[in-house]
Amino acid sequence: MSVFEGFKFRKVSSVVHNLDPRIKFFYVTVLFVLAILFTNLLALIVLFLVPLPFVFMARVNRQWLRSLRGAALLAIFIFATNILVGYFYPTSNTQIIHPVDTTTEFLILLEYASAMTLRFVVLIASFSVFFLTTSPDLLGLALQQSHIPYEFCFAFTTAVRFVPVLADEAQTIMDAQKARGLELESGNFLKRVKNYIPILIPLIVNAIRRSLELAEAMESRAWGASEKRTNLYTLKLKRSDYILILISVLMLIIAVYIRLYVPIPSLTALLSL
Amino acid sequence: MIEAKDLHFTYPTGLEALKGINLTVDDGEFLAVMGQNGAGKTTLVKHFNGLLKPTKGEVLVDGVSTRDVSVAKLARNVGFVFQNPDHQLFSETVEDEIAFALKNFDFEEAVIEKQVEWALNLLDITQYRKTSPFMLSGGERKRVALASILAWDPQVIILDEPTIGQDHQQKEKLQQFILQLNAQKKTVVVVTHDVEFVAECNPRVILMSQGKILAEGMAEKLLTNPKLVAQASIVPPQITQIFLELADLGLPTDVIDVHEATKILLDRLRKKQ
Repeated sequence: MSVFEGFKFRKVSSVVHNLDPRIKFFYVTVLFVLAILFTNLLALIVLFLVPLPFVFMARVNRQWLRSLRGAALLAIFIFATNILVGYFYPTSNTQIIHPVDTTTEFLILLEYASAMTLRFVVLIASFSVFFLTTSPDLLGLALQQSHIPYEFCFAFTTAVRFVPVLADEAQTIMDAQKARGLELESGNFLKRVKNYIPILIPLIVNAIRRSLELAEAMESRAWGASEKRTNLYTLKLKRSDYILILISVLMLIIAVYIRLYVPIPSLTALLSL
Repeated sequence: MIEAKDLHFTYPTGLEALKGINLTVDDGEFLAVMGQNGAGKTTLVKHFNGLLKPTKGEVLVDGVSTRDVSVAKLARNVGFVFQNPDHQLFSETVEDEIAFALKNFDFEEAVIEKQVEWALNLLDITQYRKTSPFMLSGGERKRVALASILAWDPQVIILDEPTIGQDHQQKEKLQQFILQLNAQKKTVVVVTHDVEFVAECNPRVILMSQGKILAEGMAEKLLTNPKLVAQASIVPPQITQIFLELADLGLPTDVIDVHEATKILLDRLRKKQ
């Protein structure tokens, strides 16, 4: 469940926590776009390093690392798939002539697979920082002020808020089934997938039950009684927010420029020089 | 026999739940673990079937350290009934639910059938064998959960808050049932807040507070000590409360049993007449 831990908001006061969630979301989206823009390992390494000061400023390094560790399994899977597919079905992306037999060709393939994996890690890493430093309340407020209907905002924030609850519950259910002799890590791939049925069914049933209870509790407290809701707090952009917008826009412009006009050498080429 | 030796446990979140527990649970013993919320009761018993492994110190089940054996192996001898049956029920029928653990433990088909039959009978749920566990009432679901553990006849049975959410009649039945198990030389460990339940069973009690054992001894000794129970955030049984208030009349203060109380009071009244 360490993946969830890496997305769970923790109340800390820092420059990053106090940023406007809309701006932070814009910044994360820019990172997202940039990660998609580049397939070059060197560029992606830079992209991975960019959010690091952000993480340290927010003092969430430990939780952030945990989210990366949680993503490790999927990252390995992506890496392996890319190597295999690249080896047997060379595409123009990798510019490898089939069959892969020289060391250089293999290195290029390795670099390509690493780049694809790092792209995924960059995405996880940037979204993890966003969720770690943005309280669900602020996020809901940001959605509302972006003129999204209140019902949707509420559903969204509730979903986010219940992720840690579900994670805790999943852990308890796993314990309960292990106590009845279920071995999650045994058997072949199909058996392992099947092992998760006794975990998933109680989890889903309980989630549905809870949502019905929640709906009843909300209605008994007159949810949706007034047409127009007002908020106690409103979000206002501060100086630090404008700085982040500036940084994000600059990053986007520079990256697009580099992508279009500056050829980035591959690591393999650099090393063989 | 279960032994905890200088058992420490810290959750990954940094919460130090157990701080040096030394405890022996003998074969065939009936033990109640009591104390306030967050005292570490459930954390402690989760060590008995290896769901949690000690951070420091060790737990020995029949002389084997829980670190060296899988939960599934330990579960064969140590059954654990979780507080909320909804954390484990997932099968289409009650019958399948009870057979689940038996299949995990690789029992033979004929044995499984026999044991399921036996467990259904034991908990008086034979009429529901083809019903979906999700269609049953809370009390019935609890019985199905209990049956699904007892079906493989473990030597040790751990019950986490067995009396929560049960009506009086069910509680009474459950109490008889637990005493009966204990009479059959099963080791029974109950985690509970329910003083009246403990008073009626009179097991050995350990009182926990903030990750440590505050006191241990027979229920009638511990639960009648007002200072001690206050420290563990519980109140003495009602019978004891009456006798504590009447202490000035020269009545004994260590009474927890209704029948004993009646006898003492009757003797008094007769003497007066």
